Amino acid sequence: MAKKKKATKKKVAKKKVAKKKVAKKKVAKKKVAKKKVAKKKTGSDQRMHDSLLELIRVTSTVIPDDVQKVILEALKREEKNTNAEYAMNIIKKNIELAKTKSQPMCQDTGTILIYVNHPRGFDQSSFNKILKKAVVKATKLGYLRQNSVDTLTGKNETMNIGAGHPSVHFHEWGKGQVEIKCMLKGGGCENVGAQYDLPNTNLEAGRDLDGVRKVILDAVHKAQGKGCGPGILGITIGGDRGSGFIESKEQLLRKLDDKNSNAELAKLEKDIVETSNKLGIGPMGFGGKTTLLGCKIGVLNRLPASYFVTISYMCWAYRRQGVSLKKDNTIQKWVY
Amino acid sequence: MIKLKFPFDEEEIRKLKVGDMVLLNGKLLTGRDAVHKRLHEGINPPISLENHIIYHCGPVVLKEKGKYEVKAAGPTTSIREEPYEWQVMRDHKIRGVIGKGGMGQKTLDACKEYGACYFHAIGGAAQVLAETIKSVDNVYWEDLGSPEAIWELTVEDFPVFVTMDSHGNSLHKDVSDQSGEILKKLLSTK
Repeated sequence: MAKKKKATKKKVAKKKVAKKKVAKKKVAKKKVAKKKVAKKKTGSDQRMHDSLLELIRVTSTVIPDDVQKVILEALKREEKNTNAEYAMNIIKKNIELAKTKSQPMCQDTGTILIYVNHPRGFDQSSFNKILKKAVVKATKLGYLRQNSVDTLTGKNETMNIGAGHPSVHFHEWGKGQVEIKCMLKGGGCENVGAQYDLPNTNLEAGRDLDGVRKVILDAVHKAQGKGCGPGILGITIGGDRGSGFIESKEQLLRKLDDKNSNAELAKLEKDIVETSNKLGIGPMGFGGKTTLLGCKIGVLNRLPASYFVTISYMCWAYRRQGVSLKKDNTIQKWVY
Repeated sequence: MIKLKFPFDEEEIRKLKVGDMVLLNGKLLTGRDAVHKRLHEGINPPISLENHIIYHCGPVVLKEKGKYEVKAAGPTTSIREEPYEWQVMRDHKIRGVIGKGGMGQKTLDACKEYGACYFHAIGGAAQVLAETIKSVDNVYWEDLGSPEAIWELTVEDFPVFVTMDSHGNSLHKDVSDQSGEILKKLLSTK
């Protein structure tokens, strides 16, 4: 009797254990499934973070090939044993050092401008969160300077995050791929940017391309060496005051050796570089043969009442780079 | 090539002329917008600036193993200090400033009157210049934020050009005038 009871008890116990095991297995399976989803998301976010960090590092420390090419040509053009030649030689050496040491080529790591081309359905808010993390990391690693200041209190925000920082521009396109471009634009060159409205009586500049040419050359003369020349101009003709500056910076995303599809603008771009280089302002404003390395001009429609010419000046340390991402958010290829 | 060593001496500074290439050695102090604003407001500097050269620079500095390391240190645009620099030259007997882009008439006059020079470093050359920094010896007014603080540095052969001297000469004024004349001619012949 007692034995029977024991046996029954055992059976019950066994059953319980069996039930527990099943239950445990189920729970475990569920947990694994949950973990996998989470892992997939974190993995993909982590890879986006790493790709952005690498994009910022390369932008800050390595000059793009198209820019390096025109800098070396400018160095060759300068007369031997002049201050201009010496300045260009230091620039060349600086480019090499920044790359090998993986340190910022200029201490002013600038406004962080990010341009994202993405397919429909791209999660912009999640991108912004990941980007901020990458910017903080890049700042801690010294690829970026503590460069964001509360305008009213003067307090440095230390991690480059704050109102308007970083500056992100999204653009939905027809392609399935995500392409991200980064530009670091320093304060010295930003400060010599300018916006003119035509007609301009002082410069005798009317509402035509000859007037446009006059105000651009005036801006080059006013900039002298203050924007760390030899520089590159991004220009918008037309638009409103705001869109003019946005577009002028996007012109700086063009490759230096591309050709404007508008023949008249292509001619003007070439003329601005050649004429500026006759002014003798030279590298750093020391006097010399190269004042500009390039000029890119875009056009936007305007209102009948407005005719703006908006000029963004980029220093020789023309830091812009871009990446196309694979489906898993790792870098597929570099744009420049 | 002329070598100068801290403490910088007025007599030596007076010998310099526009166009001279100079290698600076010894101490340099950084000081840019916020420092100049404070000095202008009459706040006493945390150390004596006498016979120093002030470097218009906001470096990238990291603290590694409790020690400061300068990661990048090129010059910033100097013209923003134009309203204040003459006063700093007068009140604190500095022997010059290093920056980029040059400065205006007020500073040029002060260079002449108080015996100082404007030294032009190569803008954007943050690595070449950081290489010459041998040590970070101190930091003052860190509350202004890292780029705006006064960093006391020891440098070796820091390369600069004299573009404004203590005799009233300015390369910046000359290049601006000459390029302005050329521009006028080019625009009138088109």
